[in-house]
Order: sequence, then structure tokens, then C-alpha cells
Amino acid sequence: MTTESTAFRLGSADREKIVAIVARHRGRRGPLIEILHDVQQSFGCVPDHAVPVIAHELNLSRADVHGVVTFYHHFRRSPPGRRVVRLCRAESCQAMDGRALEAYARQHLGICPGETTADGEITLEAVDCLGLCACSPAVMIGDEVHGRVTPERLDQLLQEAGTGKAL
Amino acid sequence: MTITVWVPRDAGALALGAEATARRLVAAAQASGKDVRIRRNGSRGMYWLEPLLEVECDAGRIAYGPVTARDVDSLLAAGMLQGGPHALRIGLIEEYPWLASQQRLTFARVGRADPLDLEEYVASGGYRGLRRALALGPAATVRAITDSGLRGRGGAAFPTGVKWQTVLDQPSGEKFVACNADEGDSGTYADRMLMEGDPFALLEGMAIAGVAVGAGQGYIYLRVEYPHARQALTAALERARAAGYLGDDVCGSGHRFDVELRIGAGAYICGEETSMLESIEGRRGEVRVRPPLPAQKGLFGAPTAVNNVITLASVPFILAEGADAYRDYGAAKSRGTLSLQLAGNVRHAGLVERAFGLTLRELLYDYGGGSASGRPIRAVQVGGPLGAYIPASEFDTALEYEAFAAIGAMLGHGGVVAFDDTADMLQLARHALAFCAQESCGKCVPCRMGSVRGAEALERVARGESRELNLAVVEEICDTMTHASLCGLGGMAPAPVLSALKHFSEDFRRPAAGG
Repeated sequence: MTTESTAFRLGSADREKIVAIVARHRGRRGPLIEILHDVQQSFGCVPDHAVPVIAHELNLSRADVHGVVTFYHHFRRSPPGRRVVRLCRAESCQAMDGRALEAYARQHLGICPGETTADGEITLEAVDCLGLCACSPAVMIGDEVHGRVTPERLDQLLQEAGTGKAL
Repeated sequence: MTITVWVPRDAGALALGAEATARRLVAAAQASGKDVRIRRNGSRGMYWLEPLLEVECDAGRIAYGPVTARDVDSLLAAGMLQGGPHALRIGLIEEYPWLASQQRLTFARVGRADPLDLEEYVASGGYRGLRRALALGPAATVRAITDSGLRGRGGAAFPTGVKWQTVLDQPSGEKFVACNADEGDSGTYADRMLMEGDPFALLEGMAIAGVAVGAGQGYIYLRVEYPHARQALTAALERARAAGYLGDDVCGSGHRFDVELRIGAGAYICGEETSMLESIEGRRGEVRVRPPLPAQKGLFGAPTAVNNVITLASVPFILAEGADAYRDYGAAKSRGTLSLQLAGNVRHAGLVERAFGLTLRELLYDYGGGSASGRPIRAVQVGGPLGAYIPASEFDTALEYEAFAAIGAMLGHGGVVAFDDTADMLQLARHALAFCAQESCGKCVPCRMGSVRGAEALERVARGESRELNLAVVEEICDTMTHASLCGLGGMAPAPVLSALKHFSEDFRRPAAGG
């Protein structure tokens, strides 16, 4: 989240896409965060090169937009792996061996939360609460939720996610 | 004859395999030529039984659970569609003691109905509250809320009627209703269940708030971690608008009230009301200095009623049934019902809506069934990650705002997270400050710096370095954070730390691992 993304250059088509996204939200008040959601939906992240375009379209400074992008954990500045695996590490999941599950995931994937596997398949993220505290520990893969996840179950889910089989 | 089977679409049920169960049921029924209609409901909140299937029989809805896809064939063979016996048969769901002993006012429909069936919502008394509010007018509607004794269920427990009166008293002009659906506290999921299981109740509550304070526009600020609630709300908004319950002419009254859904971006601090307003306006979620209160100068500088999901969803009952009907529940200055959420290490985790006054022990053992691991419950954190850790010696405390304040704890949003005797309280205390450091908006020094330095000091304690000195540093930092932070994040993050130190000091003075 803190490193500058260099992998992403905007072509003119991309620029037009961003302008169109901003235009879609034109009538709304305070639309910046909604715009960033849509940009991230389209590009997988909010590329640094999108910031001046958005700023110009909204008549904001680049610093304003940059400040918002970097404030929120959800916005990323470089694209994630093909699958994003979110492990909950909040108290309820800790009470049900969530820390052991996280340790297992780190070891199994060879990456820490915030990192992506070398083959670009899986990005691991630690989150604080998915609202599934009645079935801790909880994991979210893409938009799919999973409760009472054991290391064995995580293996199975990662395998399905990694080989591209439908979850 | 078509047989109706209900399969929850609540995110918690889905996390336990409800979608696969539904798919298997459709396939198996088709293969055996049985005429089955699958309907989707919210969750009853009994998560140890999810996926919980309910079959409509002559006697009522007969439940089976937990039903995974693998159980479907044997259930069909056992005559589940006629309510037949099976090891997973729960019986008539409405008579199941865990549920029947509750007082579900706000959650009356959750788990019973199809959340997006507007006709069913209206047929079961929905929108009676809004019609009553339109007939009463603003002043009398606010009075009803004041008389009901309803206090903010998001955590601060501020009297809702007083807040609404403040907004109503501001000079007329643009005003807003803002619903805080940024339910980020660990151990809480009542907002999620309600939004997924009965979204019209929230929309009706917001419309009543709009009528009461004179607001024409509402916003729901929903956390991005809740995609299922987002789907439910998006669909419910469309249907409510199409049926005239939102829009330029609410119920033909001439009132304009509409609601826009805004999605958060993973910042815990945006659950703090002023930070949430900043975020809706498209800025960094930095807290605002109060005064002015949001009720005076809130969203886009206009008077704004900011309320939590459960607060707003409790409003239709109060208007429809009368302030007294709600006020009759509860004890002392805590009136009505509280939606408690059992989480963490408990056998029967789930939603318990009861009048205030139950003790923590009754909740943990009578409803929760003790720990999931079978080991003794050592500590309970109530009210989210900023709530105090409560030891077993205080489990007889009544679940009321004032009783909890008296033991230095808070009820907050009603989340109850249990830990067994393997919990490392020093580690949990360090986590509380590390969490605060990560989520601090950075605007005030006590929170921004105190959380970082406090967590570092606790790491040194864990390593056994100058233990007493570092513990003294932690206490001093906590004192500063408590008294000098701008908002509740820095102000309350010391609560789990100091309570852990007070009640579980042995964990802080254990020999360090490896010497």
C-alpha cells in the first residue's frame, strides 16, 4: 500500500475509462470514494497515474485524491493476485485459533499478509472482522465467505482458488 | 403438492455451506420427482445449527440443522419433506427454547420471511410505523421516540429522541439522516443480520427519522466487508422506491425522502460518526472536533441525525405499537430490548434479542452453552475491540448500560466475545493497542502516538525487559489516551489493556518465553 506502483501505465483508453467513471457519478455529492471503488473495480487497483485524472475531473488537488486513496485500507495502488484471500484476525477469530490459522497460511503460501505469491495467484490479507464472529475463524476469498475454517479446510479452499476451480 | 423449504441466504449461513445445501436439495428433489419450492430467508441467528433448513408443514415450520449438502439425501430419505424424524431434526422452530425464550422486537421478521418480499413485509405489519409517523407529524413522532426510552444501539447509548429533537429544532432547510452501517467491532454482526434479513425495517426506520427531523435525504454508510448486505439493501431500495415508500411523495403524503447507499473502504475509524460523515463527503475519515454536534452541523454542513442500523430498525415497532409497548421491556434506564451477539469461544454462538437485565452469566451459559472448547471461560470482551475484558468474577453483572459502566465496562453494540483459559491476555492487550495504531486517523497525538508507544512497551513486557517500568509506561500512556483523545478510538482503546492488566496481571508477569 505504501510503495509506488510502476507496473501500471495509463493508455488513452484507460484515461477515457476513468473520465467516464467520474462522469457517471457527476450528480452525486462527495463522490470521490464511490469513484475510487469503481476505478478499483475496473483496474484491480487505483493506479497512481489515475490520481491526476480523477483530481482534474473533480477539480481537486492531486494531494486531496492521493490522501484519500492512501487513507483507506481497501484501496490498493498495485493490482492484487488472481485471488484475494482475507483472513480475519479480530478478537472473536483469535478466540477460535485464528492466529494459528494465519500462521499456517503464511507458512503454506510462503508470504505475509499484504503480499502476493510469486506466481501471482494469491494475495493474502489480514482483516479485522468480517461480521462472521458466530462462526470463527472466518475467511473471505473474493466475495465468498467461509466459517469455522481449519488449516485442512483452508488447504482445500486455497487449492480450489489456486487451480481456478469454481469455489 | 408443492412443499416449501426455507434455506437461509445470510452470510453466516453461506459461510457454513448454505448455498451448496440449497443446490443439492434442488437437484435431489428434481431427481426423485418431488415438487419442492426453495425460499430464501435471513438467519434465525442460531449459527451452530446453520445451515438451518425449515420445511413448511401443517403444524408449522419444522427445522433441521446443521444440514450440509452431504446430509440432503439421507434427510429426503427420512421424509424431511413431511417433517419426518432424523438425527438433525430440531422440531417446530417457533417452539425451540433458545428462540422462543427471546423477545424479538427488532428481529421479529429476521429468519422468518423472505427479506426482499415487500408484500410479505407489509402484510406482517411493515410500514404501519411510517404511516403512523406521517399522521402524527414531526413533533409527536420525536416525542414517541423520546418516551420509548430508546438509546443509540451503536455503542454510545445516547438517547435517540434527544438527538432527533436537536435536529428538528435546527432552522428548517436541508437536513439529513445518516445510518451508520460500518459495523467494524469484532464480535458484532447484528447490523449485518438485520440488513440481510429484514432490510425494509431499516429503510422504514430511516423514513420515519426523515419525517421526524424534516430530512429529505438519507445515506447508509455500509462497510465494504459486507457484500451480501449490499446486495440486499440495493434490491430493497429499488423495491421500496418502486412502491412509493421512498421518493418524492412517500406514501402519498407529499413528503420527499430517499436513501443513497455509500460503501466504506475498510477504515475502522469511519464507524465513528464524524469520521463517517467525512468519508461520505469523499474525504479521509478524520474525526471532527465537537462541538458543533452532527445534529447541528453534520453532513455537508447540514443538521444530521446519525443513527446505527439497530437503532433505526427498532423505530418502526415503537411507532406502530406505541412508546409504552417498547418501554415496558427493559430495566432501570435501559429500556426496550438489546440485540446481543454471542461470539468467539462459545458453543451456541448467535443472536439473542432480550429485554435489558439478563446477566452476562445467563447469556454465556444458558444461551451460549459455555465454551466451544469445553474449557472454562476465562474472559469475555463485551462491546467490541475497545471494550473491557471481564473476568469470571463479574459474570453476574446485569446487561444494562449503567450496570456495565459501574464495573468499568461498556455494552457498546452488544457484541460478546468469549475466551477460554488458553487466552493470552498480554497478547490480547498488545493487539488492542496495535489495532488502535493501525486504525487511528492520525488527527490527535494521544491516539496516533500513544497506541504505537503503548504497543511497543507491551512487546518489551512480553520479552521480559524492565517489566515493571514498562508496565508503568503503559499505564501512563493509557491515562493520557483516555483523557486527551479526540474520539472514542483513542479514548477507549486503553479499556481492554487496563482491564486485562487489572484482572489478569499474572499474564503480564510470566517468565518470558526462551528466558
